[in-house]
Amino acid sequence: MAYTEEELKKELETKEYEYGFYTEIESETFPKGLNEEIVVAISKKKEEPDWMTEWRLESFRYWKQMVEPEWANVHYTKPDFQAISYYSAPNKKPKYNSLDEVDPELLSTFERLGISLDEQKKLAGVAMDIVMDSVSVATTFKKTLAEKGIIFCSISEAIKEHPELVKKYIGTVVPQKDNFYAALNSAVFSDGSFCYIPKGVHCPMELSTYFRINQAGTGQFERTLVIADEGSYVSYLEGCTAPSRDENQLHAAVVELIALDDAEIKYSTVQNWFPGDKSGKGGVYNFVTKRGICEKNAKISWTQVETGSAVTWKYPSCILKGDNSIGEFYSIAVTNNHQQADTGTKMIHLGKNTKSTIISKGISAGKSQNSYRGLVQVNSRAENARNFSQCDSLLMGNECGAHTFPYIEAKNKTAQIEHEATTSKIGEDQIFYCNQRGIDTEKAIALIVNGFSKEVLNKLPMEFAVEAQKLLEISLEGSVG
Amino acid sequence: MLKIKDLHAKVEDKEILKGINLELKAGEVHAIMGPNGSGKSTLASVIAGKEEFEITKGGVFFENEDLEDTAPEERAHKGIFLSFQYPVEIPGVSVTNFMKTAINESRKARGMEEMPANEMLKLIREKSEMLDIDRKFLSRSLNEGFSGGEKKRNEIFQMAMLEPKLAILDETDSGLDIDALRIVANGVNKLSSKDNAVLVITHYQRLLEYIVPDFVHVLHDGKIVKSGDKALALELEEKGYDWLKQESAV
Repeated sequence: MAYTEEELKKELETKEYEYGFYTEIESETFPKGLNEEIVVAISKKKEEPDWMTEWRLESFRYWKQMVEPEWANVHYTKPDFQAISYYSAPNKKPKYNSLDEVDPELLSTFERLGISLDEQKKLAGVAMDIVMDSVSVATTFKKTLAEKGIIFCSISEAIKEHPELVKKYIGTVVPQKDNFYAALNSAVFSDGSFCYIPKGVHCPMELSTYFRINQAGTGQFERTLVIADEGSYVSYLEGCTAPSRDENQLHAAVVELIALDDAEIKYSTVQNWFPGDKSGKGGVYNFVTKRGICEKNAKISWTQVETGSAVTWKYPSCILKGDNSIGEFYSIAVTNNHQQADTGTKMIHLGKNTKSTIISKGISAGKSQNSYRGLVQVNSRAENARNFSQCDSLLMGNECGAHTFPYIEAKNKTAQIEHEATTSKIGEDQIFYCNQRGIDTEKAIALIVNGFSKEVLNKLPMEFAVEAQKLLEISLEGSVG
Repeated sequence: MLKIKDLHAKVEDKEILKGINLELKAGEVHAIMGPNGSGKSTLASVIAGKEEFEITKGGVFFENEDLEDTAPEERAHKGIFLSFQYPVEIPGVSVTNFMKTAINESRKARGMEEMPANEMLKLIREKSEMLDIDRKFLSRSLNEGFSGGEKKRNEIFQMAMLEPKLAILDETDSGLDIDALRIVANGVNKLSSKDNAVLVITHYQRLLEYIVPDFVHVLHDGKIVKSGDKALALELEEKGYDWLKQESAV
């Protein structure tokens, strides 16, 4: 049987969320609602110093003055911020020395996700800081890292153990009042990861964090801070899946990267939050602020594979402050059914001879809407700035949409900016060609999508590339009858 | 091996094939010739199982089995290969990766293990040498930016890799210069044996100088109007198709 457009579409729609289950772990959850008392209570709960409590309160006050942004090409019912519980932590002992101490049910959740901790631990070179709901529950390889002077821990721990570093850098790249969601996150962030690489140290392993949203009605507000000191290098992996849920869940994370002189940070994300069912019910709202700053000769590289969430609003950006600094953004965004994604990047060229590269691959299926939104800004003092942008869209069926919103602002005549864009469609002819060679339709779609995304998949670390390919397939394929 | 019985097929509401009878036995090479629009490519697509064509009467039988409910990929697993007239591009998928997937999917369907990497490499080396294909070519995206000749040569390379029982060559000669034509034809000749059959669809006699058919059939307006041996091809070359059109109209 060959496949017509109609059948192809149907097949894509039949894909159900594979990771839709819910783990019952006792958790301690705050009452719903947000006010100054709740903000203080979160801070207390985490035994934070006063300066942190104050910082949160200040953020909360900014947030109250702000309104939710509406410029993105997404449509959704705005969350009721008073109907959300702002703190939820696994109830049992928050820290474990070994896997034996971890709640067996949690471990089985990871197993069902195909993320066996044992396997992960054995994978040479991967240290993990696992965030289940909001508190870190397991950290591995910490010792090896400590020998190099690398700090890799939860942000809560960092606030207690390394207050000088946190105080110096938090909010310097994404200020408290940067935007509505960033302000909210600054007020109520529950946990997240912290990483510091000392001067001249090349981090010997990929640092990896798995995030999960788990408790009904809780939003998740991670805060991540990565500091690469002069001449250091780190590759950081962030991946997540979330269980099925009926009401919308809010996810508003903030990630700040600081690459000091001659440092390099590679930040890779695989995002697979629950996208909602095929009628568009449920799913995660993913409103994320990610930004990095590059000092002299520094480099920041963002790679993301976005397959989940009902609504995505995310622009990992680079401020190229130092001369000769480099910013890169490689993205694959997949939307299916009723998913909506408005994602892209901002490359702000401030220093001389700064370079940026943007490769964006959008794949839309079902009734979804997929937008690339990017800004390339060259300031007046940024002599010889260069940018190359490439935005490709792949469409499946006739009901989805792909949109590109490139903004370019050049205030220096020496700037060189290139923008390329293509839109294509998976055709019946391509599918039939594969079929004729013995490749069934499901495999054919996977092959075509992987080919389309290859330039970005190649940028992912090995461990992640396999998982990412699997996710692309899961997101776009149904069982062929 | 292949039996086509009173085959009628239509696309949308247009009847294109109007009662075709044809039988190919193992070891035979058949050529189908005919003017543009006579239904040659439709016949190839129907044998391969392209669904936009609906069989309204008669059928296609492969090794005594009616193919009507057989998906195109299953037909491929059974050993039917179509060299496309217009091979499609699949950006980002290398020729090697595509072939690896195709071979392993067929093996899986036959209950075999995946082909070991060293065996695959050996096969690729052997077949690419046979068809005088540059190794660099194999790492390029499938058909993307290929010249007409490269596309056709790539089709024959895939045929060599997959070793089908029945190979259908749809206008494989179009777009080929004389050297490429010779290489492609040599490849096909090397691959044909007493166990497999080849169906060559062509507009011109030129290719048949290199791939010598046992039988030549002339298709006109959805029907085979004349069959013969290779002499018929030469006759057509000389006289064109008009005399047959007139003959069949009588």
